[in-house]
Parts: sequence; structure tokens; C-alpha cells
Amino acid sequence: MNNPILRFFSSVRLTVACLVLGCILVFWGTVAQVHLGLYKAQNEFFRSFFIYGQAGDLKVPIFPGGYLIGSVLLLNLLVAHARYYKPGKRKIGIILIHFGIVLLLVGQMLTDALSIESQMHLRIGETRNFSEADRAFELAVIDTSGKDTDQVVAIPARRLAHSDEFTDPKLLPFTLRIKTYYANSSLMEQPMAGYEKPKITAGLGSNVYWREMPRETEMNRVDVPSALIEIATPHGSPGTFLVSGFVERPQAFQLDGRTYQMILRPQRFYKPFSIHLVEFHHDVYPGTDIPKNFSSRVRLQNLQTKEDREVLIYMNNPLRYGGETFYQASYDPDDGGSVLQDVRNPGWLTPYFSCVLVAVGLVWQFLSSLIPFLKRRAA
Amino acid sequence: MKKFIPIVLAVLMLGWVLSGMVQKSEAGFHFREFGKLPILSGGRYKPFDALARTSLLQIRTRQSVSWKENGHWKTMSATEWLVEVMMKPFDADDRPIFRIDNNEVLALLKLPDNQKYFSFRQIMPGLDEINRQAERIEGIEAAKRTVFETQLMKLDEALNLYQRLQVTLKPPATDDFAAELDAYQKNIVPGIEALKAREAGKKYDEKAFNILVNLMTGYKTVSQYALALTIPPEDPHAPPNAWQNIGTNLMQTARTGEINPAAKDYAAMVTAYRADAPADFNQAVTAYRVWLADRYTPQLHKASLEFFFSNFEPFYKAMVIYILALVAALIYLLFPAEWLRKSAFYWVLLALVIHTIGIAFRVYLEGRPPVTNLYSSAVFIGWAIVVLSLVLEKIYPIGIGLLAGSCAGFSTQIIAHHLGVGGDTMEMMRAVLDTNFWLTTHVLSVTLGYASTFLAGLLAIVYIAMGLFTKRLAEPWDTGTKLGKIEIGKVMAKMVYGIICFATLFSFTGTVLGGIWADQSWGRFWGWDPKENGALLIVLWNAMILHARWGGLVRDRGLMNLAIVGNIVTSWSWFGVNMLGIGLHSYGFTDAAFRWLMIFVGSQVAIIIVGLTPLDKWRSFQKAGGSAAAKP
Repeated sequence: MNNPILRFFSSVRLTVACLVLGCILVFWGTVAQVHLGLYKAQNEFFRSFFIYGQAGDLKVPIFPGGYLIGSVLLLNLLVAHARYYKPGKRKIGIILIHFGIVLLLVGQMLTDALSIESQMHLRIGETRNFSEADRAFELAVIDTSGKDTDQVVAIPARRLAHSDEFTDPKLLPFTLRIKTYYANSSLMEQPMAGYEKPKITAGLGSNVYWREMPRETEMNRVDVPSALIEIATPHGSPGTFLVSGFVERPQAFQLDGRTYQMILRPQRFYKPFSIHLVEFHHDVYPGTDIPKNFSSRVRLQNLQTKEDREVLIYMNNPLRYGGETFYQASYDPDDGGSVLQDVRNPGWLTPYFSCVLVAVGLVWQFLSSLIPFLKRRAA
Repeated sequence: MKKFIPIVLAVLMLGWVLSGMVQKSEAGFHFREFGKLPILSGGRYKPFDALARTSLLQIRTRQSVSWKENGHWKTMSATEWLVEVMMKPFDADDRPIFRIDNNEVLALLKLPDNQKYFSFRQIMPGLDEINRQAERIEGIEAAKRTVFETQLMKLDEALNLYQRLQVTLKPPATDDFAAELDAYQKNIVPGIEALKAREAGKKYDEKAFNILVNLMTGYKTVSQYALALTIPPEDPHAPPNAWQNIGTNLMQTARTGEINPAAKDYAAMVTAYRADAPADFNQAVTAYRVWLADRYTPQLHKASLEFFFSNFEPFYKAMVIYILALVAALIYLLFPAEWLRKSAFYWVLLALVIHTIGIAFRVYLEGRPPVTNLYSSAVFIGWAIVVLSLVLEKIYPIGIGLLAGSCAGFSTQIIAHHLGVGGDTMEMMRAVLDTNFWLTTHVLSVTLGYASTFLAGLLAIVYIAMGLFTKRLAEPWDTGTKLGKIEIGKVMAKMVYGIICFATLFSFTGTVLGGIWADQSWGRFWGWDPKENGALLIVLWNAMILHARWGGLVRDRGLMNLAIVGNIVTSWSWFGVNMLGIGLHSYGFTDAAFRWLMIFVGSQVAIIIVGLTPLDKWRSFQKAGGSAAAKP
């Protein structure tokens, strides 16, 4: 094994270098959150191969990012094991530790790639079979002409930023022309400084003024998009509408004897089951405002599997169902509604296994040094 | 002869500790007995004494009040002070309790800057100005406020707390509360009749109506602003949220018609205190305790226990003993007499026992595992470091473990004291934290990780100091035990290495357990939150030290310097991340805390730089004649 590349990738110096770089990255990425916000810092520092700086007009990589350091560490681990593997009782500890870490890293990368988080906001007595994305919006065009069913065509809002028009005769008998799209916007009913009057011909009245806003960076603030969309057909247009995340009611129009609704709303994830909020409790310690517990009693109904049961969701006790997990996340200020966080994460079990593996490995490894040491002392 | 010195010294110390438990009987007002009365405040049952101490700590940063009168110093215990505030608020306004350090605040209030403590009366002229400023500052995010703004808000909160305490037990205008309650009782029926008649538009008894309205107005003020629920329901089986403050309780009496005996007893205390009649006061306190004993024994018992704990001050006592042990351990370094080492050992052991008793008290009183907030984390970290140090001392009886343990024991107590100034250290746990399982597994594990990383760093500092300035590190040292002759430098390297292994295990497990808790609570294992990142840093750093050592990249001196960096990393993780003002774990922190953190980090960097001195310049590694010894 004299190949210099293999020697490099199996060396402990590489491990130490990666760990040191990792420390610098974690520290820098933490401090950066103060002015970048958690979301942006996460993406720039940890979910990337490089951190970029500006050299004039060019983006220049100046430091390895989380994915790069993680991958090199993973590679280093695997190559070192392939090179140095010697069976033996003493080695079991190290193998367990490293395998556990591999499992953790791979599991987290899977989570990054595959996990989807959304929210379900229910007022007491309300039933929903969908959850809504935190940050992503969709343009929903709904054909409400049918007696029993509606046809919904949903376009993710970020696609509105890149395309000027949407035409798909299989889905919609008209073209959607995106005249203007603001990823983050602000709407007013009065003409304020900086706001313009959008050229609406249908839908909202004339008391609407809008402007583009800079993207949000704070953890608890979200971009709210707006768009000016013209419905175009070969023989005329029902109008140009302003849709916005701020406008919660759909706007209707008619075309060729069919009725449609259009709305820009948080992206929906429909489920084969529904959740009904029976009760919500916000317990405080007597005589104070300090929250003691939040709990939602919900009714889970799945028409396909004929399930119909009540479940209590509360702090540190989520509902795991259908490959998704529902957590007690938040509540309405009047205590009349509950917000459940809905997470679909196929890799959720990996940290549990990893923790056990690494802990056992560490204990094994250290005991195998400690016990001979104590025996020598006793002799 | 010398064999007995350690035992004698230990017994003397124990004697000092026990003497603190003896209490002189009180002449005059039995403030201690009043202090033991149970109330419901901040969501938990506690003795009045606890409310007094935490309020005074918040306002004055001390648990007692002292001032100079006619050239003599006078002091008041926390409970004495609280009784005056609640029952004779006009007199209490003269006590110098509000601590103001910031010059801009002092200038705003036109107060002299050569004093630290001011009375309410001195501050009164500036109250309007403070309110105006506070309204403005409230709109600014805590992390973005200037020092002046933060200090002003602190003063505003202290003033708020004080004024609410003043109306916790009696309405503002009331003097003879007992007589007032008698009048109230007699007037309830005619007063309610008059009220109903007035509302129906009929003729009504104006006098009865006016009496009722006047009294009710006073009780309403108390009802809205009192800070403690002092009146238990007459039925002991009622739920805890049936406890009421005296204002709410008296207002409700209008419906029930009979005044609660507890209210009558408290009113009697107020009357007696205001009339300067200690015997009547003490009688009312005793009568109330008897009434409670029939119905609320568990609350009485717990309140008495907490009272005893607060007065015994186990952590303060442990701290004093740690300091003495530290002095002994330092002297032992220079004059290695075995009786000195044994004395220090027994002292550290005694301090640890008291320290443990203190933690056990808190666990019992709170019904929680030992670490529930920053204050208790500091107390526990000190405890863990001392335990590990004593184990090290047992294995290697060379005084180094004692040095590290006593130093850490007393400094963590000082840190804890400063962390405890903000309020009730036994506060209730917020909803997501309301889980003893995770508090025991994740929190304790991470805290043990902090403690052991600090211990490794502390030992490293001792190594560098001893190596540079003494000859002891490389000289063979006869321990006089089975261990025989050892080289202190080599032994310390083994200690540090072993402790870092321990630290890696607990910080890794603790961090992953934290992730699992987050997964159970919020649906994501890892969010790159500052506190999570801080914990990850400790794991990465400790793992790096181990790999560097295994790979032969560092030897003893390098190991020590890396361990000292571990101190910086841990202090960042424990405190630094909380100061960023962002993330799920952010707290508001004073500038003083930030300054101390920077001083600490600076000191560690300085030691590392000093530790980088070429080894042949170290006093320990120089052979006689100046030629360098073999490098370790």
C-alpha cells in the first residue's frame, strides 16, 4: 500500500486536519447566523461543498463547506479501515465507533436530501387532510365546475420566477402569463412611498398597491410572494389578476362555461388521511404565565384503512403515522387552534442507532484501556 | 502526631459548618417563623423567605439589606425587609436597595455616582422619566439594546417588582388591617344589599355602599398586582390553582360572606407590625401555622425545608472550604508534607459532601434532576469536576487532583452566584423542558462533558505552570504508596488523556441525545442551532485531540495546549452561544458577562502562548548546569 493517494486518504493527519477545519466551520457558521439568519447560514456553510467569497465580480471558494469536510472524513474513515483493518477484540470498539459515525453522517445527508417539513394549522373542530409548507408557495388554479370534485393544478411559486408563461393543454385550456413576480412582496391599500399600482383588470379592486421587498433572513420571518398574472386564450382574456400570499381568498373567473379559481397559497401536501382537532389545552403553572404543557387531542381518520381513533399529541410526544410524524409545534394566541409540525423523514431512526453504536464502542474502547490500567495498579 | 493533624483540621471545619445550623432565638418579631410560611408564587410552593431572597437578589444583588444610620451599620435579613415592604411600604421606601451601576442611568435620575444603592424615595422624582424610556426601549430587541438601555430596563423591572411587592399583602391605604376586615365582615350583607338596590334604581344605604366600594377598590389593586398567592382554599383537597392572593380572596368574600381564616391571620400580622406589637404579630403567625398544620402539612413541610436550605447556604459553605483546600494544595506543591495533602483531601471531601447535600436539597425541592437552568449547571459542573479530581487524587496521590478540584469547586460557585442573581433559581420548567427523562440523560451527559473538558484544561494549566516555573515535572517523585516513584509530568499526561476520553464519551452521547430529544420535540434531529453547534464543537475538538495523540502528532506539551483550547471551546459552548441573541437557546446577557468571557478567553490564549516556550527553557526540563534534558 505505497500508493501516495491511498496513504494520504488513510492518514490520521487528514482526520485531524478535517476535524480542525470542521471546528472552524462550525464556529464561523454559528457566528454568521447573527447577520445571515439561520436558514441562509445553514445553506451557505453546512449544506454546501464550499463557502464562497467575492473577488470583484467573481464568486471564489475560500473555505470547504460542510458537505466537503463530511465527505472527506467519510472517505478517510473508509479508506483507513480498508488499509489498517486487523481483526481483534481491541478493535471492536473502534469499529463500532466509526461505523456509528458513518451511520450518523450518512443518515443526516439522507435527511438533508429527503426530509420534507410542513405544518398543519387546525382550529378546534376543524378537519384537514393536507399540510402546508413553511416557506414554499404554490399557484393553485382550481376548476370548480364539477359537482362533486374540483380539479386543482398547482405550480410551485419558485417556477413563476423563472418562466414567463405556462401552457399545458392537458392540464389547463388557457395560458398563464406571468407579467411580474416578486419573491418577497408587500401589499398596501393606500398609495405609500415606493409602492406602485399593479395593472389589474379583474379580481381585486383598485385599492391595491404593491412593491418588491428584499428577501427575509430572520429565522421566524418568511418571504411572501405576489404575482401579476394574465389569463390568456387565443380569443381574449378573462383578465389580469394580482395573486399574493397576502390574499387568502381565491379569485374567480369564468371561461368557456367553466368556473375557475386562482390563489397563491402555501404549498400543500395532501394525505390519504385526515386529522380533526377535538381539543387544545394550554396549561400554565398556577398563578403564572409560564407554560406547563401544550396538548392537542386529535381524531385520525383514514377512509382507506377504516381507521378512526383519537390520539393525544403533546410536548415530547409526537404522533407517528403513515411515514410522517406530527409534533405539537405552536398554537393560536386565543388558545382556539393548534399548529402541528409535520415531518416526513425516512432517515429519522439513524441517529438512534448511531448513538447506541458509538456509545457502546466508546465504552468498549475506553474500558479496554482502563481495566488493564487498574489491574496494573492493583498488582 | 502528624497523622492526626488532617483529622483535627477536618473536624474543626465540620464544626464550623454545623455551627451555622444553630439559630439564636429571635427576640421581638419572629421574622424567621413568618419566613417559613408557605405561599404559591412563580408557579410553585415556596416559603415567604424564598420570595424575599430572590426579590432582593434581583433588586439589590444581595440577600440582605445594609445601610449606615447615625454612623452605625444596620442590616436587615431578606424576610425582615420583605415584611417591611409589604406591611409598612412608606418606611421601606427609605431603604437603599436599588443597585444602579451605570453612570448614564444615574445621570438621568440626577443621582450621585459615588453610591451603589439607592432608595425608592431617591428614585421617585425620576419615575416618569424611567417609564418614558422603558416604553421606548421595549420596542427594541434585547440583543440590539445599548448598555444604558439594558441597565435602564433592569432598573425598571426592579422598580416594578418592588411596587408589586408593596401591594402583595395589603391594600395601599390600609393601616389597621384587622380592624378593617372586621368592618368589612360586618358590612358585607348591608353593602351588597345597597349595591343591588342602587343597580335596580331604588333607594339605597349610601353609607354601606360607600364602605363597600372603598374597600373593594383597595382589594382590587391587590388582586391585580400581588406577586404571591398567599391564601389557601379552606378545603385542602382543592387544586393548586384555587390558591388566591389576598385581594382576590377578599373580593370573593363578598359572595361567600365569610372571611377566610388565613386572610384574618395575615391582617392581624399587618396590624401588629404596623402598631409595633411583636407579641401580637408572633401570635398571629403561630395561629396561622396551626391552621395550616391541620390542612396543608406537605406545603408547610416543604416550605420549612426550603427555608432551612436557604439559611444553611450549603454552596457558600462548600465554597469557603474549597478556597481553604486550594490554599493548602498550593502550599503542598511547594512544601510537600503528606499531612498537608491529607488535610486538603479531607477538606475537599467535606466540601463535596456539603455540595452534594445542597444539590440533593434542590433535587428534592424541585422534583427535578440536578441540572435545570444555567445556575444549576454551574453548581453541577463544579460537583462533577471535584468528584473526578478526587478519583484522580486517589489513583495518583500527588496533590494535583486536589489542586484542580478545589480551584474548580470554588470558581464554579462564584460563577453560579452571578448566574443566580436574575431570579428564582428553582423556577418552573417551560413546557418542552418538562421531561425528567431528557433532563437526566441529555442535560446531565452534556454537563459532564463540559465538566471533564474543563478539568482536562485545568490540569493542563497546572502542567504548564509547574513545568515552566518548578523542577517538579521531570523529577522522580516518591509517592510513598504502592505506586512507588513516578514522573509527575508523565502522570499528568496520562490524567489529561484519560479525562479527555471521558469527555469525548459524555459530550458525544450528550450531544446525540440532545438531537434525539429535538427530534421527539420539534421533528428534526439537527438544526445547526448555536447551542447544538457549541456542543458539536466540543465533541469535534476532543475527538481531534485523541486522534492527534494517537497519530503521534502531539506529545505531552502539545496535548496540554490543546486541552487548554478545550477550555475556550467549552466556555464558548456554555456561555458564548447564549450571548449571540439568536437561536432557540438565546438568553439576554449582560455586558459584564461578555466582558468576563473575553477576559477568560484572553487568559487561556496567554497561557497557551506561554506554553509554547521551547521546552529546553522550561525549568523542569533543564538539567543542572543548563544543558537541556531529553524532551518528553
